[in-house]
Amino acid sequence: MTEGLITLALILAKLLLILGVLLSAAAYLVLMERKLLGRMQMRYGPNRAGPGGMFQPLADVIKLITKEDFIPPQGDRAIFFLAPGLAALTALLAFAVVPFAPPVNLFGRELPMVVCDLNIGVLYFLGLSSLAVYGVALGGWASNSKYALLGGIRSLAQLLSYELAMGLALIPVVLMARSFSLTDIVLAQQGLPFALLNPLAFVVFMISTAAECKRLPFDLPEAENELVAGFHTEYSGLRFGLFFVGEYINLIILGSMVTVFFLGGWHGPFLPPIVWFMLKVLAVAFFFIWTRATLPRLRYDQLMHFGWKVLIPLSLLNVLVTGAVLLWLKG
Amino acid sequence: MTLFRDIKGTVQPFWITLRTMLRKPVTVQYPEEQRPPAERARARMILTRDPDGGERCVACHLCSAACPVDCISMQAAEAPDGRRYAAWFRINFARCIFCGLCAEACPTLAIQMSPEFAFCKDDPLDLVYEKQDLLVDHGGKNRDYNFYRHAGIGVVNPRGGNDDEYGPVDVKSNLP
Ligand code: SF4
Ligand code: SF4
Repeated sequence: MTEGLITLALILAKLLLILGVLLSAAAYLVLMERKLLGRMQMRYGPNRAGPGGMFQPLADVIKLITKEDFIPPQGDRAIFFLAPGLAALTALLAFAVVPFAPPVNLFGRELPMVVCDLNIGVLYFLGLSSLAVYGVALGGWASNSKYALLGGIRSLAQLLSYELAMGLALIPVVLMARSFSLTDIVLAQQGLPFALLNPLAFVVFMISTAAECKRLPFDLPEAENELVAGFHTEYSGLRFGLFFVGEYINLIILGSMVTVFFLGGWHGPFLPPIVWFMLKVLAVAFFFIWTRATLPRLRYDQLMHFGWKVLIPLSLLNVLVTGAVLLWLKG
Repeated sequence: MTLFRDIKGTVQPFWITLRTMLRKPVTVQYPEEQRPPAERARARMILTRDPDGGERCVACHLCSAACPVDCISMQAAEAPDGRRYAAWFRINFARCIFCGLCAEACPTLAIQMSPEFAFCKDDPLDLVYEKQDLLVDHGGKNRDYNFYRHAGIGVVNPRGGNDDEYGPVDVKSNLP
């Protein structure tokens, strides 16, 4: 009985910890992005609120809360309320399968540093990232506005196309690790991270990750000046904030996925595993911010061409080659 | 080799942004760090004085007529020596678009633009400047000019007595 209670308490503590860390990390990722973008454009970025702009996320939240919250009167209210939550929730849920450190011993019991070590973690992750598409689609549809609807469809097409490339880039990883479980995948990278073993899959996955979390150069859903913002055109205030935060949570999630699948997860010399994990996620996030400061936005047809004519054939070929090589090595 | 060129064009910018990140920002931290605007900077209007300390404005309404948003108004009055001046003069800076047309229109160089730009207020009514707020004790961008030494009715010299002024025209002599 007490055994069960302790397990439950530990799981709850883990959940709360992860939730807190994830949400504050998302908030501070926004700050980090703004600061880094500023430096790359030879300005300071936010530095007014608190020392070095430390309280900027708080100020942003206050601003979002106090803004006028407009709900289009003709829209579908229920779905309009639901969509931003869906976007943020699916992003949060995906973190359940991310192992961020090897199991630790606490009070004489083995405590896995992952909320739930699913043996089909890869599928769960891919499924959830497809669910995230619903937030976008419903948000565009429920606004009952042509611009939002068209923007939603546009983002939808983008997310679906790059989802394919992402899934295909993961197959070599699964082949190499011989498991769908993220923990096993990390363990399989004890020696060499998969990014070095299979750089092509790594590059394809990075690019489709950028497209999945709608980062530049694929941030057409946010191209407000040339295409109208897209699915969140009608959203304002806190609801828009939820979409926004969802995007950054997504960035962290996908960053941890890149870390788990290709950068060797928590493996690394000298430092404790969890620090390595965070460093790698931050490095991926930095890379995305860096890309944002560097590359211009793609045109929509270029985006589609690139996804379907370059990334998908390339990753298909990669699956073939990796499979052949693995067979040959074994045989 | 367009493929090679494309790859180079994609990768090279990364190096440039990374290098820029390590440079010192050029931002001016405004409220703490203020760069005085150039003397010729054109912001809030002022009413200047001639070298003798008198008001330059002759209340001719030209600035008011030139103003595209009609934010200048005044009342003309006449001193005993025949010199016109503005009994009151008012600019509503809540409407002013700082186009400078009034300064262009003014024949006496009275109304000029000053470099003062930071004068926002909470209440729009505080932005209505009266003559005493507008009048300064210098000549603005041209300290030497004195309208009545070049033209105008006999305030400084007898009529037509200024160096570059013609005498009054006898309109009857122009008759056909
Ligand atoms: S600057 Fe333009 S708008 Fe302002 S008072 Fe002069 S004429 Fe009017
Ligand atoms: S400021 Fe100049 S233009 Fe305006 S009324 Fe006075 S003299 Fe005339």
